[in-house]
Amino acid sequence: MKHEFRVTVGSVGFRIGSDWKQPIDQLAALYADYPTPEIPDFTVRLFAQRPWRRFIRPSVMIGGDYMLPDAAPLSLAHGLLAAEMGMNLQMALGQRRYLLLHASAVERDGKALLMTGHSGAGKSTLSALLGERGWRFMGDEFALIDMETGALHAFPRMVSLKNEAIAVMENEVTAERLGPIMRDTPKGDIRHLRPPKEAVARMGEPAKPALLLFPRFGHASAVRTVGEAEIFVRLTQASTNYVALGEAGFDALSSLVQKIPTRAIDYPDTQSAIASVERLWAELA
Amino acid sequence: MNTIAYRADRPEARRVILLDGVALIFHRPSGLTHIVAPPAPQILEALEAGDAAPAMLLERLQRDYDFGDSDDLDAALKARLAELETSGLVWRA
Repeated sequence: MKHEFRVTVGSVGFRIGSDWKQPIDQLAALYADYPTPEIPDFTVRLFAQRPWRRFIRPSVMIGGDYMLPDAAPLSLAHGLLAAEMGMNLQMALGQRRYLLLHASAVERDGKALLMTGHSGAGKSTLSALLGERGWRFMGDEFALIDMETGALHAFPRMVSLKNEAIAVMENEVTAERLGPIMRDTPKGDIRHLRPPKEAVARMGEPAKPALLLFPRFGHASAVRTVGEAEIFVRLTQASTNYVALGEAGFDALSSLVQKIPTRAIDYPDTQSAIASVERLWAELA
Repeated sequence: MNTIAYRADRPEARRVILLDGVALIFHRPSGLTHIVAPPAPQILEALEAGDAAPAMLLERLQRDYDFGDSDDLDAALKARLAELETSGLVWRA
């Protein structure tokens, strides 16, 4: 393709090819601190829907090793989002080395806190905030569980801030760590955040899963225990490759569920959430 | 209908993990995960002794478990067998 960028996130190498220069330049700026893979694991392609659309009304199609046949094109202004979606898609459909959980993760003292929940539950925002407050950010989207050892491997891609989370993080970090604002995308307003330098420098270090939380934003503060069978079901739903991994995935997931302390937490605002997280971590991790 | 005998895979075909009152079963031949409550795991165990019609299966289960005074064990067992059949964990021999 005309323009190309290569990046290693965690232990996964990506090659992103594009018909346009703009998304590649934006990726290069946001991923400036990340190493370049020798041989990429996955390829993402951002291409014009039809040749003339490259110039007249640019419209980005997402392709790669793994594709969704009915993926709708995005406008070129949302090219960075297209790249992010393409990278997620390759991981979700193609990753076989790890049990993949749709979860965010942060680490302290070699132990990891995992957070998973529906879109809008706040797992991404909470992991980004904790990453600025003494925890090592390990990822806002995918947690990679090693099926041999049970260890959690980091996937600290740039954080995809949505809607209200954008203002929360604009108050926390310097402007040079933020990407361009993309308004009115299919996911609402989006702005990318570059993880702290330490998160990138230490992204090769795994951590032992020590606490699992199911956060839920927009409710009065509450903490509930969750039965192991329910945890198992929720994690199979949160995993994008559980079925493909077969028995190895079953063993890894059931072993995780039996070992990790778990709570569901409701929170009305991010400060309450952080207080709950710190309290539960001190009690259970 | 009591003459229908049921069959299950050999125990090696299943990986069973017990979690707070339910059993997770990874069924190796299909690659499917099942989450089942008692007495489903016990029925599968009872079928390890060989194909069995519901009456014989009930006899096997009653050797190991006390069902108290329940009056409709036969219907309950048939209902559980039908569920296991739907899930593919047992089938008609």
